[in-house]
Amino acid sequence: MKKLFAIGMLIVIYSAGYGQVKKAAAKPVVIHPGKKIYDEYCLSCHQEDGMGVPGMNPPLSKTEWVLGDKTRLIKVLLNGMKTPLEINGEVFHNPMPQHDFLTDQQLADVLTYIRSNFGNKAAAITAAEVKTIRAVK
Amino acid sequence: MKSTFLHPYKWIVIIFLILNFLPAKAQKTIKPDADNGGIKTPKGFGAIQVVPSVGRLRHIAVDGNGNIFVKLNYLKDGKGIYVLRDTDEDGKADDIQGFGNYIGTGMAIGNGYLYASSDSSVYRYPLTPKGVDTSKIETIVASVPYSSNHPAKSITLDNEGKLYMNIGAPSNACQENDRTKGSPGMNPCPLLEHYGGIWQFDANKQGQKQADGERFATGLRNCVALEWDSYSKNLYVVQHGRDQLDMLFPKLYTHEQNAELPAEEFFMLKKGSDCGWPYCYYDQFQKKKIESPEYGGDSKKTDKCQGKNLPIMAFPGHWAPNDLLFYHGSQFPEKYKNGAFIAFHGSWNRAPMMQAGYFVAFVPFKDGKPSGDWEVFAEGFAGGPEVKSPNDAKHRPMGLAEGPDGSLYITDSVVGTIWRIVYKGAN
Repeated sequence: MKKLFAIGMLIVIYSAGYGQVKKAAAKPVVIHPGKKIYDEYCLSCHQEDGMGVPGMNPPLSKTEWVLGDKTRLIKVLLNGMKTPLEINGEVFHNPMPQHDFLTDQQLADVLTYIRSNFGNKAAAITAAEVKTIRAVK
Repeated sequence: MKSTFLHPYKWIVIIFLILNFLPAKAQKTIKPDADNGGIKTPKGFGAIQVVPSVGRLRHIAVDGNGNIFVKLNYLKDGKGIYVLRDTDEDGKADDIQGFGNYIGTGMAIGNGYLYASSDSSVYRYPLTPKGVDTSKIETIVASVPYSSNHPAKSITLDNEGKLYMNIGAPSNACQENDRTKGSPGMNPCPLLEHYGGIWQFDANKQGQKQADGERFATGLRNCVALEWDSYSKNLYVVQHGRDQLDMLFPKLYTHEQNAELPAEEFFMLKKGSDCGWPYCYYDQFQKKKIESPEYGGDSKKTDKCQGKNLPIMAFPGHWAPNDLLFYHGSQFPEKYKNGAFIAFHGSWNRAPMMQAGYFVAFVPFKDGKPSGDWEVFAEGFAGGPEVKSPNDAKHRPMGLAEGPDGSLYITDSVVGTIWRIVYKGAN
């Protein structure tokens, strides 16, 4: 496992270096604050590419659930969601656990992150918006 | 003394019958595809795609005439079961018919019937030379509890008129709130009353409810792979172990540990077996049943796991064993006789590490127990050297069946390819 990790690190280092050679003026990498929350709580089900798992966990990429109504999306994280859930004809069976233990700011960050990644382009969500929904949930 | 020698006209009938059946007996040699069906098989074996795509497949059964039956978990043209026939015996299906308007997983053949399960019932149809008689459908088991989470009611038949059914637990680890960080395990786990085990039913009695069946084994999270071995006369299952030790308990488990733990456990079941879910899981490195962290475990404690059924073999975590088959044919070399094939659908909960599984394994058996380590039998289904996300897999092995000539059949859940594996000889 250590060996695998070392190889993985070498690939990461090599790819990073390679990218910089190609792009002469590489931009400094800014990690979105929502990415840390995503990696910790969301990635295991929705996967690194946000595409989910067929039949199990739904994709976050280009779905109305993520791009659409902010209130509905915030409520999915605060309350969780029962399944089955159907998106574009695919049925997903794993339930969405509630994440009300995250702070308003953490929820806003992770929601803004998923709405602006995986091919998504939707408006940011603020901590104030999460707070309002949490108060009436 | 009465002569046992046959009357001349009987001889004529016998000769006619022999001539009639000779061409069928002297089967054409099935030639593997030039690209081996796109998968990799051991030396001496070859693969042929029986059909490239027939829907989102689950389990498969093949009858004595070589007719192939597959169950779908999405209807295709309104049908949930397809029967495929290879009338010119070139290995490729040339007659494909659908029936049954329900989705599901289970397919089994026995007592002259095809048994098929939805996610809450078991039906059967009498076999005919070209398939089944759908007008004579019978409901054997009606309305066992449906749950969206772990819905597959996989089935198998024994030699004595019993049907066994997996009723998976609708939960990861029986927390008050499923898969939710900080939510405690319910103690005792109330789900074990109606889920989380194997139920035994009469294979020939119509309209049975769950209460008419007998609880055969408990403490099993979800066993899509279950099979009665007609040789050793035992019931075996391979369990889908629990997920997300790292996400739920980051102080106890790293991502690297979660990628391997807990083991996917291969069990031989006896009546009354308790395999430990949700209170315990198997750690293949410590070689012990360990207390689940939802129930006070610290990744080492074992006290509450005394007496729980131990696996006969433990595979790395999350590989998703989705079918089990004991090979009784004579086509494959001797080492495969009475051994077990396992279809690993492939992982998702190894993320952020690379995924694993996505192949068919073989386990040699002697006297009903593994006689050596497992090995990869067929691989390359996913279509690349590594799988980062399950969505990248072009195919995922799902179901297994043995044909009357000893060929091994494998189904795919992504696009519905069916492969037939044949043995060509050592050279």
